[in-house]
Amino acid sequence: MKKVLFLLVLLSGSVILNAQSDRYQKAMQQNVIAIDTTRTMDGWRELANNFQRIADAEKTQWLPFYYAAMSHVMMGYNLANGQLGGFADKTDPEADQAEQLLNKAEALSKDNSEIYCIRKMIASLRLMADPMNRYQEQLPLVAQSLEKAKALDANNPRPYVLEAQDKFYTPEQYGGSKTEAKVLFEEALKKYETFKPASDIHPQWGKGQVQFFLSQLK
Amino acid sequence: MLKLVPLILLTLSSLFSEAQTVITGKIKDSRNRPMAGVSIAIKDSYDGATSDSLGNFRFKTTDKGAQILQFTSIGFKLLEIPINLDGSTITQNVVMKEEPNELTAVVISVGTFEASDRKRAAAILSPLDVVTTASANGDITGALKTLPGTQTVGETAGLFVRGGTATETKTFIDGTLVNNFFFSSAPNIAAFSRFSPFIFKGTVFSTGGYSALYGQALSSALILESIDLPEQSSASFGLSVIGLNAGFQDLSKKKNSSWGVNYGYTNLAPAFAVFKQQQDYSKAPEYHNADANFRIKTSRTGILKYYGYWNKSQLAFTNNSIDTPGYYDKFSLRNTNTYHNFSWRENLGKGWKLQTGVSFSLNEDHIKSGLQDAAKKDILLPGFEFKQFGLVNKGSFFNARFVVEKRIVGLSILRFGSEYNYSDEKTTFTAYNNQVFPQEVKENLKAVFAESDIYITNNIAAKVGARWEQSNLLKKKNLAPRLSLAYKFSKQAQASLAYGEFYQNPERKYLPSNSALTFSKATHYIAQYLKTSGLITFRAEVFYKKYDALVKTTSINGLEQAANNNGYGDAKGIEFFWRDKKTIKDLDYWISYSYLDTKRDFLNYPMEIMPNFAAKHTASLVVKKFVQAWKMNLNGAYNFASGRPYYNIAYDGSNYKFTDKGETPDYHNVSFSINYLPFIGKKNRKVYDVYVLQVSNILNLKQVYNYQYSYNGLRKEAVVPPSRMFIFIGAFISIGTDRSEEIINNGL
Repeated sequence: MKKVLFLLVLLSGSVILNAQSDRYQKAMQQNVIAIDTTRTMDGWRELANNFQRIADAEKTQWLPFYYAAMSHVMMGYNLANGQLGGFADKTDPEADQAEQLLNKAEALSKDNSEIYCIRKMIASLRLMADPMNRYQEQLPLVAQSLEKAKALDANNPRPYVLEAQDKFYTPEQYGGSKTEAKVLFEEALKKYETFKPASDIHPQWGKGQVQFFLSQLK
Repeated sequence: MLKLVPLILLTLSSLFSEAQTVITGKIKDSRNRPMAGVSIAIKDSYDGATSDSLGNFRFKTTDKGAQILQFTSIGFKLLEIPINLDGSTITQNVVMKEEPNELTAVVISVGTFEASDRKRAAAILSPLDVVTTASANGDITGALKTLPGTQTVGETAGLFVRGGTATETKTFIDGTLVNNFFFSSAPNIAAFSRFSPFIFKGTVFSTGGYSALYGQALSSALILESIDLPEQSSASFGLSVIGLNAGFQDLSKKKNSSWGVNYGYTNLAPAFAVFKQQQDYSKAPEYHNADANFRIKTSRTGILKYYGYWNKSQLAFTNNSIDTPGYYDKFSLRNTNTYHNFSWRENLGKGWKLQTGVSFSLNEDHIKSGLQDAAKKDILLPGFEFKQFGLVNKGSFFNARFVVEKRIVGLSILRFGSEYNYSDEKTTFTAYNNQVFPQEVKENLKAVFAESDIYITNNIAAKVGARWEQSNLLKKKNLAPRLSLAYKFSKQAQASLAYGEFYQNPERKYLPSNSALTFSKATHYIAQYLKTSGLITFRAEVFYKKYDALVKTTSINGLEQAANNNGYGDAKGIEFFWRDKKTIKDLDYWISYSYLDTKRDFLNYPMEIMPNFAAKHTASLVVKKFVQAWKMNLNGAYNFASGRPYYNIAYDGSNYKFTDKGETPDYHNVSFSINYLPFIGKKNRKVYDVYVLQVSNILNLKQVYNYQYSYNGLRKEAVVPPSRMFIFIGAFISIGTDRSEEIINNGL
């Protein structure tokens, strides 16, 4: 009987452990699912706060820090609202916050292709905020981060999505090209077919965007 | 025993039973406005919420017992409130306080223009603005001359600020004084500053009321901060109508150190062949410029920097002589200059920072002057022997200083430190009869200073400082208090006041002196209103500046020499600055206007008069437009100055007296420049090529800076620029070492 009791105690312990990690999975999953449908400033802020709470509670998981950083970048993009230049005072705090969070993510997971994708997004946000004064500093950062993201995981579609979006939105005289964008989106789509996220809560966003852009480019 | 099992299971399940507590409330800021977007969390738990647009929040939690409720929002202090979760609804209304924050806090900006990437109110120019201002000709001081408070004085190098002479402005690089910031120049031709604007990442230009960390400038301080590590290795080449240059900059693989070298050769002969000069050059200005640098990160926060500079230049020309019509004045100048600056800054931890630096410099001028006859042969005319002379200036300079900074509470900072300036200037004057008059002036100037930025709240700040100086040369000491206050009354607008006393040694020209001289003194009173939204900046300043103990001169054996410190004067005025990057799409412009009312009695002035370097009204319009389709940056500038007074002052044997006076016509200058950047839009760009076309005085207007008089006072002639219009064409190519290959290799 003692053995049974011991077993039960052991079991209950593992239940608690499982419950803990189930809870993490569940909480993360709810928010990760929301990423593909979130469009507004308030929506991203909510996600940023949700992920940050999980990150602060867990402390050793890179994913919530990663997603919180991404949400702050997306808040910045929302603030930029498709414009170019003149809003550094508004978007820089978001970029700074994102960078802080991303550094924490990187401390927990080195040489991570996904983290370099967000690095690229932060550099782009900084660049957009004041292109004339910042292109010398930020353009190389954008390119380097993308290269590194590709190099670290050749199967990751997200660097291609980001590159394709840049090509799509950049005016032709600055090196943008809808045809090149299309090629890149198609390549990204191919990679989505084979890309398997390590778990339900690992980065998997972007496929919907690719399909949307490709429908625009038809 | 089996009965126990359900009991245990029951206990276990109770662990997971979701007894929930509701937490709700409303969040406001200290001005009683609801705060949206605040993150509310139970510490170390997932549970929490984000406040809505009315500042309300509500969430449920399964946590229990004593917990801490956290409120976070960017720019606000973290708020933590202990709560007890027992299932009954908790209502927690809170007020969040603003975090002392450099981004939102009031900035002590009075008297200051800043060109930097720093996000602060005084930073109304960017480093790039300095090089893309049409009338600047790539010269740092050229861009500053489009700002209010500066005068348009085209015949002399330097910044004339608020009724002060150019010598009342001092320049500092990484904290230490620069002794020969401008190239040596010929009479009535303004020289450029020696240093490329590209080596600086930050410029602070104070037109008054500057910090106690700096001294020996009655009017103005120009504080330059050199760049840290470059982003990447690069090589650069430049070719223009006036010369060529090449450079290389290497960044170590670990990105913790870099070194670089540059060489430039400038020869104005081809340009002068096209644009006829006032002067007839036998040797067009020619410059060899070399510089070298290294920068080493000494820790995560510390960096050691070295910048060294060598220059050799020469020129020679003749001019129609105003003293002896039909003859020519000849002038030649050879200059060698070397400047070395080491600086080190480090965070010492616990809020302590150290910034220290030394610089030394050697400067040597060889000047020859004389008369030539109509056939351009050297000639010595009786009565005009004084026109033939040789002058050799040799200066050695050493400057050292350290500043220790300690963060006290919030944004409040205490700084203190010490400065030491050594100079040894030897002058050898050789008269027409080969009689030699050597002179030497040595100075050891020591200073200690302390200053504190005191933030009473995020919106009210004061800067209180004092500087003590001791001069070996003058055998005098001075103590200069400085005080500024700033108040931010809305998100975008702030007002500030400044008071300060400033001391300066008499100009080198009037030393050594037989009379006991002392420091000249200026007292500044400034009030500023500044409103900036990031895209639109409006700045207004009024000032009053009082001068005391200015040097007066007298004539001894026909030479003007310092007599005493009985000079005095004042300057008052109002200045406006408006910059707008928003109203017209893709167009960025600024307008400056200065009104200056100044009078002084100094040097040989017979009485208190408006000095000949001051104009009542000065205005500038600077326009910048980037045309995407053409990949071109179009820059235009218009500078205006109302007429300046001019005087002929002669010694009648006992006193200096006016023999003539008048006012110059108004000054207008329209300049234009185009930068063509074809690399924009190229894929995988490694080559950044920029082509520049620059035209100054595009309307070819006659510009009169001043008038000069013949020795006998019978003839006067206008002092005008060496040529009316000038066109500069150049190509600058920089090749960034592409590192993507390396990154991929390291990654795989």
